[in-house]
Amino acid sequence: MATNGTEFESVRTVSVVRHYKLGRTLIPAVDGVSLAAGRGEFIALLGASGSGKSTLLNLIAGLDRPDSGAIVVEGADLATMTSEQLAQYRRHTVGMVFQSFNLVPAMTLYENVELPMRFAEVKRRERRARVIEALERVGLSDRMKHRPSEMSGGEQQRAALARALANRPKLLLADEPTGNLDSKTGTEIMDLIRELNRTLEMTVIMVTHERSLAERYANRLVFLADGKLLSESINELEKIGVTR
Amino acid sequence: MRAYDLVELAGRNLREAGLRNSLTTLGIGVGVASLVAMLSLGIGLQKLATRQLGRSGLFDTVVVTSRQDGRGPRFAQAAPVTGQPKPLDDAARHSFEQMANVAEVYPNFSAVGDIRLETNKTGNHFTVVGTLPQSARNSESFDDVQGTFFSSNDAQEAIILSDFGRELLELPREPRGVDVKLTPDQANQLLGKYIVLRYHKREAGESAPLSGKTTKKGERDPDDVDSADDPQGQDQQSFNLVPQQLKLKIVGIVSSEPNRGLRQGRTPVFLPLALAESLDMVQAGELWSTLRPADTKTYIALIVRVGKSKAVEQVEEDIKKQGFNTFSILDASKGITRFFKVLDMFLAIFGSMALAVASLGIINTLVMAIMERRREIGIMKALGASDGDVKRIFFFEAGTMGLLGGAVGTGLGWMIGKLINLGTNIWLQRQDVQPEKFWYVPPWLVLAALGFSILVSLFAGLYPASRAARLNPVEALRHD
Repeated sequence: MATNGTEFESVRTVSVVRHYKLGRTLIPAVDGVSLAAGRGEFIALLGASGSGKSTLLNLIAGLDRPDSGAIVVEGADLATMTSEQLAQYRRHTVGMVFQSFNLVPAMTLYENVELPMRFAEVKRRERRARVIEALERVGLSDRMKHRPSEMSGGEQQRAALARALANRPKLLLADEPTGNLDSKTGTEIMDLIRELNRTLEMTVIMVTHERSLAERYANRLVFLADGKLLSESINELEKIGVTR
Repeated sequence: MRAYDLVELAGRNLREAGLRNSLTTLGIGVGVASLVAMLSLGIGLQKLATRQLGRSGLFDTVVVTSRQDGRGPRFAQAAPVTGQPKPLDDAARHSFEQMANVAEVYPNFSAVGDIRLETNKTGNHFTVVGTLPQSARNSESFDDVQGTFFSSNDAQEAIILSDFGRELLELPREPRGVDVKLTPDQANQLLGKYIVLRYHKREAGESAPLSGKTTKKGERDPDDVDSADDPQGQDQQSFNLVPQQLKLKIVGIVSSEPNRGLRQGRTPVFLPLALAESLDMVQAGELWSTLRPADTKTYIALIVRVGKSKAVEQVEEDIKKQGFNTFSILDASKGITRFFKVLDMFLAIFGSMALAVASLGIINTLVMAIMERRREIGIMKALGASDGDVKRIFFFEAGTMGLLGGAVGTGLGWMIGKLINLGTNIWLQRQDVQPEKFWYVPPWLVLAALGFSILVSLFAGLYPASRAARLNPVEALRHD
């Protein structure tokens, strides 16, 4: 169901609208956003609090459904999917990291990284190899048996990144990934995300309100205010689409 | 999600809130236990009742009488008869024996005689004498027999009731209706000893006088059937009543009448069936037998014992078709079965109430778990868990609690039942009553209790599971 998509396109939103009801008034969280991201692109969504950037990210993540418009990811329109198809999409196509890490506190690091593979029905033998590979990539292979409460914020976010990589997604969505971290650790995490973006050729869409961070790491900055797309600025001198 | 992942995730969740889930499981256990205890008691009582009734010989017995009534063939037309009334003779007895499901056929024998201990020349006891077929050895009366059953079906032996034993020993009488066992010492004074039975034997004789008065001591005058009404005018064949004596060895003493069945009155002395039949004793109340020709043998009544109590109805029907009157208390037995079905139902309802309360506990626990694990559910959904996956996890948790609770409850119920049984029996023994098994846990009850527990738990899990599945991941993940 590609809409005008090139084979280099990863995500395209077409006039996406998402309203929230607050009493009798409708609040337009996302109001007619059209956006495209090429494969391997690193996009930063910038905006003030309440600008709709997290809502847009949740829509792209398939955690929420638009009231109108289309969201096409890797050729498939999320708006027309059943909830089971959406779950499958989240399982195989998207990896997510959050500001508050969202690791399951009762599980060890190993179990946390393994969790998405349980839903994806990956065979046990293969899981182990993949967990180790993901944890090695984020430098936590020696902490497998630790629980999140035994780890620092930076380590937890790295663990969350490893978990997001477990099912080898094509798209990484990050919602304020450095929001709960100090600047040094935040930089480490951003370096890691950029490395994943480059080595695995994952498309990255990151929500942040730190412009400097966005400018340092993203190919392109997208500004949102009151649910509308304000403007786009090309961060690097490359064109939209094929960046590398 | 694969099955083992489901098991692992649900198991981990159950362990995480170990105390709460254990208490919930225990709640289900108590519910199941009350259900199992109630039902096992109901089933046990029913088994006890049917066992007792079955062994009393009431429910597998059909009493057959002839449609020729006692006063002669000319009155028989008064009864609703199809076809010619048949005599209840050996041919009839044989035909009953050939019927399917009939275990045995024997005459309802009741004669009178004088009995004394061989060693006591004066103490005569006028009494009713009955018979016991070989099958009577399984009667409950022989559970606590002093001595043994007859050595053979025609042995010159007698089994007596314990209070008749007291009479023979000239001990003071116990109040009526109380089954008193003799002391071992008293029993030894009777067992193996001989009694002398004096009775009247029918014997073919000369033509009787017109009035037919052949009365002897102790016999009633046959209800003056005068010759004017007799179509045959004068009876050409007749018989004499000849006094006889017989020595019998006392082999057994029982405290209650064996095979009481539908027997009327009290019978304190029993002879082996074949022996009694060979004696050709004049039977009590046998008016017709005093008139019938001496060379024919008919029975006042035959007892047909049916192997399976379910077949009683069919056997009764078949005998009626042959032209005889029958009687059984099948309807009473049906009533008892119905009573126990209703009793079981009520016991099950009361037992289920505890389980219903326990199922509220499951709902409560799982709803609490959803609130606590709200964020976790959101995470799982973000990582690709479908609504179905989340639902299955909660459903599996409910089912596991049901299974464990069911297992605990069945064991607990079994123990409660056993304790009740034990306590009651201790009490019964203090009251000098024989202990009984009131309580019975059939295998199907164990399986049914487990199944029911799982089913109720799954039902209780329906609402929490679907609520968890419907949880909006965006809201669940929203920063606190």
